[in-house]
Amino acid sequence: MRRRAVLAALAGVLCIAAASDPAERLPNPKQEAHARALFKDIRCMVCQNETIDDSEAPLAADLRRIVRQQVQAGRTDDQIKKYLTDRYGQFVLMRPSFDAGNIALWAGPFVVVAFGLLLLAGRLRNREPDPDLSEAEAKRLERLSRDA
Amino acid sequence: MIAELGAFALMLGLACALAQVGLSTAARLRRSTVLAAAGEGAALASFFGVAIAFAVLIQAFVVSDFSVANVAANSHTEKPLLYKVAGAWGSHEGSMLLWDLALTGYGAAMALFGRNLPRNLKTIAVATQGALGSVFLAYTVFASNPLARLVHPPVEGASLNPLLQDPALALHPPFLYSGYVGMSVIFSLSVAALVEGRVDAAWARWVRPWALAAWSLLTIGIMMGSFWAYYELGWGGWWFWDPVENASFMPWLVAAALLHSAVVTEKRGALAGWTVFLGLAAFSFSMLGAFLVRSGVLTSVHAFAVDPKRGVLLLFILGAMAGGAFALFAWRAPNLNQGGVFAPVSRESALVLNNILLAAATATVLLGTLYPLIRQALTGDAISVGPPYFDLTFVPLMIALILILPAGPLLAWKRGDAAGVAQRLWAAAALALVAGILTYALVSPRKAFAALGLALGAWLITGAIVEIVERTRAFRAPLAETWRRLIGLPRGAWGMTLAHIGLGVFVLGACFETGWRAEAAETLPIGGSLNVGAYHLVLQKITRVEGPNYDAERAQILASRDGKGVCRAFPERRLYLANGQTTSEVAICDRGPSHLYIVLGERRDQGATPVWLVRAYWNPWAVLIFGGPAIMALAGVISLSDRRLRLGVARRREQPA
Repeated sequence: MRRRAVLAALAGVLCIAAASDPAERLPNPKQEAHARALFKDIRCMVCQNETIDDSEAPLAADLRRIVRQQVQAGRTDDQIKKYLTDRYGQFVLMRPSFDAGNIALWAGPFVVVAFGLLLLAGRLRNREPDPDLSEAEAKRLERLSRDA
Repeated sequence: MIAELGAFALMLGLACALAQVGLSTAARLRRSTVLAAAGEGAALASFFGVAIAFAVLIQAFVVSDFSVANVAANSHTEKPLLYKVAGAWGSHEGSMLLWDLALTGYGAAMALFGRNLPRNLKTIAVATQGALGSVFLAYTVFASNPLARLVHPPVEGASLNPLLQDPALALHPPFLYSGYVGMSVIFSLSVAALVEGRVDAAWARWVRPWALAAWSLLTIGIMMGSFWAYYELGWGGWWFWDPVENASFMPWLVAAALLHSAVVTEKRGALAGWTVFLGLAAFSFSMLGAFLVRSGVLTSVHAFAVDPKRGVLLLFILGAMAGGAFALFAWRAPNLNQGGVFAPVSRESALVLNNILLAAATATVLLGTLYPLIRQALTGDAISVGPPYFDLTFVPLMIALILILPAGPLLAWKRGDAAGVAQRLWAAAALALVAGILTYALVSPRKAFAALGLALGAWLITGAIVEIVERTRAFRAPLAETWRRLIGLPRGAWGMTLAHIGLGVFVLGACFETGWRAEAAETLPIGGSLNVGAYHLVLQKITRVEGPNYDAERAQILASRDGKGVCRAFPERRLYLANGQTTSEVAICDRGPSHLYIVLGERRDQGATPVWLVRAYWNPWAVLIFGGPAIMALAGVISLSDRRLRLGVARRREQPA
């Protein structure tokens, strides 16, 4: 019991790819690879910013078991993710959803690019008139150089 | 007694920093050289005060003086000497003192070596540096004093987290902090330029060496932290998009943008306002990082001990300093000179594009780090922003950046020749494409995205080589002339080329490792084996070993390929006695640029024979991931040694004229 408590306490610091543990593995390698890919998108909610693929926390092990069972039962990624978000909220997914509340998050970087390009375009348009000489200037230059 | 001396020296440092602000400000108002010199003297004195306090803290750690609270909480008599010393900056309080040391150190360096700066500019920069020093020293003295005593000292200390007892991590904070805080000089010079209302080519030239030094140090600091995570956390990951990593990455990105925009300001007098903006932003992001890491507002694997009260103070410092500076910017920047004009196809435009993309990349990292906080505060919804977000936003921005990068150095200032550049680069592009296609065809399993990444890395490297070939007119001019031109290339040019090659090397490593790493894990009895990649690993024996402050099980594992033994690895699982924590000590077999990475896990007793969990990873080209940034930092140092940047050179040349 004490060992388990120590393990739980350490789970926050020690992330040693807990999901690769052979004791948990599914017999079908294809399903196992599928489950592992899913683990990387699912957060261990009691840990410090870790996925359930990395975490040794008991909760992460429970979530891995749930996901493996569902993968084995042939459920789709969306179904599994929905199952998890219904119980734990959006917090459980490492990739924030594309919903209205996350518009600033997803669009922000590209708005910065667009804004920067607009500024650049403005700067390029406001260039001083072309440095080529106008006809009158060319004539004047010619006259001056002839005088000299 | 010694600790009190240190605490006193720290107070003295604070007093001198305050004097530095007062004297330098008065010097500028009265245009007095005497007062200005006194302000510079105060900057030196402030540094000495903090240096004494820092030496005292290290001494307290070395002799294990547990009557000092910070030592009692973070040290242990049985710890090796290196980690006792490193313990001095392993905690919140100690690392703040390291920050102060760097901050006052840069102030002193500016006072000593800034002789060629115009007097007014320098005086205000010294005053600003003093103001930064004052607030951070005041914070250290009053809110996080590392030299505070305990009334009842314990017999033994609580020890440093064993994960942190590692050579790379012992040296990681000094590099990281000198990089972080190096941005303060640019901040001060930017404030001074705004106050004086003049940002010109000369100013940009003074900023460049400081920016180069800070950026190079930060590059090394981040790389060491990443390398530590790679081999210490035990599963071969090297970047996690963790808030604390992001906090160090943002100033790095801004400094990288600054290095490029400062070139435009120096050579063409353009982008002055933007360069100053970046100069203010770089250190603001450093301060934001200091706040994020110490306040506990974000959950992170490696945040310091959480203390919300201190967090509020740091947030206040960040708000006052950055807010004040940006207000000054908003007031003064519109008066800055617009500088030279340029055509849509020109080196200026390419560098502006570089800056737009780097700014957007910084915005991505900032949003990804803070958005969960903002959304939770506004709507109460908890969301996570993890690596998949950055893969979809940061990565495309970087791809765009990498695509335009080789063209930049080949374009002429003012008005470039797009067709000419395309003609020069087609060979580089073809080579990169061939590299990508070959990778796709030959490496199994087939991965299109990773192969594309490899093509991008190759494009950076071939593009940089084309640039050198162009500059030396190789293959077109006689060999002797090429050689003469090659020798004559300024160090700054070499630095740029090498930095771009370093980025290419990193991209190659990162894409190859991420795309084709292999993993295996089994519970093995003695004599058992598992396969990873092309390697066959046999667990030969397990021995017990006693370290200085830990007990460990050490495995002997023979790795062989095609029946031939190639490497004997000794991974360990350590139990640290001081706090009962276990860690795994990874064994890495170097296979050219690739790593065979072996971890010994826990012992499991199933029936009569004991078995051990053994994990192994094949990390192809992993060395390049860390080698690339090392090349980039080296490039910064080479560029820094350019005689055009060497301090005093410009002055000496001016005098005879």
